[in-house]
Amino acid sequence: MATKRKLNIAVSGLNAIDSPGPGVAVIRALREAKSFDCKIIGLAYESLEPGIFMHDLVDKTYQIPYPLAGIDAIMERIEYIHANEQLDVIIPNFDSELYPFIRLEPKLKEMGIHMCLPTMEQFEERHKVNLNEFGEKYGINVPKSKNISNSSEIKDISKDFKYPVLVKGKYYDAYVAYNADQVKTYYNKISAKWGVPIIIQEFVHGTEFNVTGLGDGLGNTIAAVPMRKQYITEKGKAWGGISVADKKMIELTDQFISQTKWRSGFELELMKDKENKFHLLEINPRMPAWIYLSVGVGQNIPEALVNLAMGETVEPFTEYTVGKMFVRYAWDMIVDIKEFHAISQEGEL
Amino acid sequence: MNIKQNIAVSGAGMIFNPNTGETYTVNPIGAEIINNIKEGQSLNEMREKFTSKYSVEPSTFQNDYEDFINLMRNFSLIEDGD
Repeated sequence: MATKRKLNIAVSGLNAIDSPGPGVAVIRALREAKSFDCKIIGLAYESLEPGIFMHDLVDKTYQIPYPLAGIDAIMERIEYIHANEQLDVIIPNFDSELYPFIRLEPKLKEMGIHMCLPTMEQFEERHKVNLNEFGEKYGINVPKSKNISNSSEIKDISKDFKYPVLVKGKYYDAYVAYNADQVKTYYNKISAKWGVPIIIQEFVHGTEFNVTGLGDGLGNTIAAVPMRKQYITEKGKAWGGISVADKKMIELTDQFISQTKWRSGFELELMKDKENKFHLLEINPRMPAWIYLSVGVGQNIPEALVNLAMGETVEPFTEYTVGKMFVRYAWDMIVDIKEFHAISQEGEL
Repeated sequence: MNIKQNIAVSGAGMIFNPNTGETYTVNPIGAEIINNIKEGQSLNEMREKFTSKYSVEPSTFQNDYEDFINLMRNFSLIEDGD
């Protein structure tokens, strides 16, 4: 019997918290890959990211510096980890770390570390601060938005928008504001955390849908799984969802991939209004926290992404199971203080 | 008029619309009507069957049936055709 090749895969986003990173879900999918076995190396920013302590999923975890520390600091740390672990693939799962990893991609490739990332141009143009231009360029329906970098601009919002509006940070966080006072509160809250600009976006009433997918960089859709959010947390995260069959969402995904030649995993956030029209609210340039549903419906997107990263030709998935649900849950792990000390003081566990 | 092809109806009266991800529940009579429609039974056949099986006047059955069909039409569970 032929043995499967073994890959050493580093995965970030181990913060399986109330607003979860995708790492743990990605790792679960990789553990079920049919085309390879893997050793999973966790990359963590904080000592209490739950994935660090999930030893049945994560073989070894290293702390890495935040993206703000600069690419030299990140590179130095990756070199250290690579010397220990002989990495084959890195899967960065945070929007904010894509920028340094896209820049480091050629260097890492020389070291034998593969990634499947969008290009810097793709990463930038789908950014929520550029979504209006993106919609116009590719003929995709997006809600009107405006970037503001000074709180003095808040009073003029009512000239361009009807309240309520969405107030969004450039990386994370979004709040519904019903008047200028609320916009100001959220402006201060978000800008203190993520900086400016703050995005003011038209609020579209409707039902929330998401599509997760994978593009091969040549304009082909390798995978696409649409999901309707069934249970949404206060932070707007899907705590439960169901795979659906709406062809319009698949067409929209194909249009997005074929026109942008997107390479990598992604998530489209969509709102379906009363007239059954879809509005593209956001494009997340990485796999979502609910990516394990893709395995449940027959499209193991993380596995396909790894194979793309390794330079292999990946055949597109052509079907998925409709009516499969995911229901998230919280789980208390019992962790010895020694483990916490190891990751906090030595930076690895 | 028929129930949309991909609409799934369980024996217990759960309806799942795979296009929208919405689910509905109907009572046993509603489930019976839906299954009869899916089997291709005509309104006349159903009226005869339901009025003999249950204590209901033909006109009452027909009114309730039409209300039910309109409700399902509003929820996009029905396709009108030949």
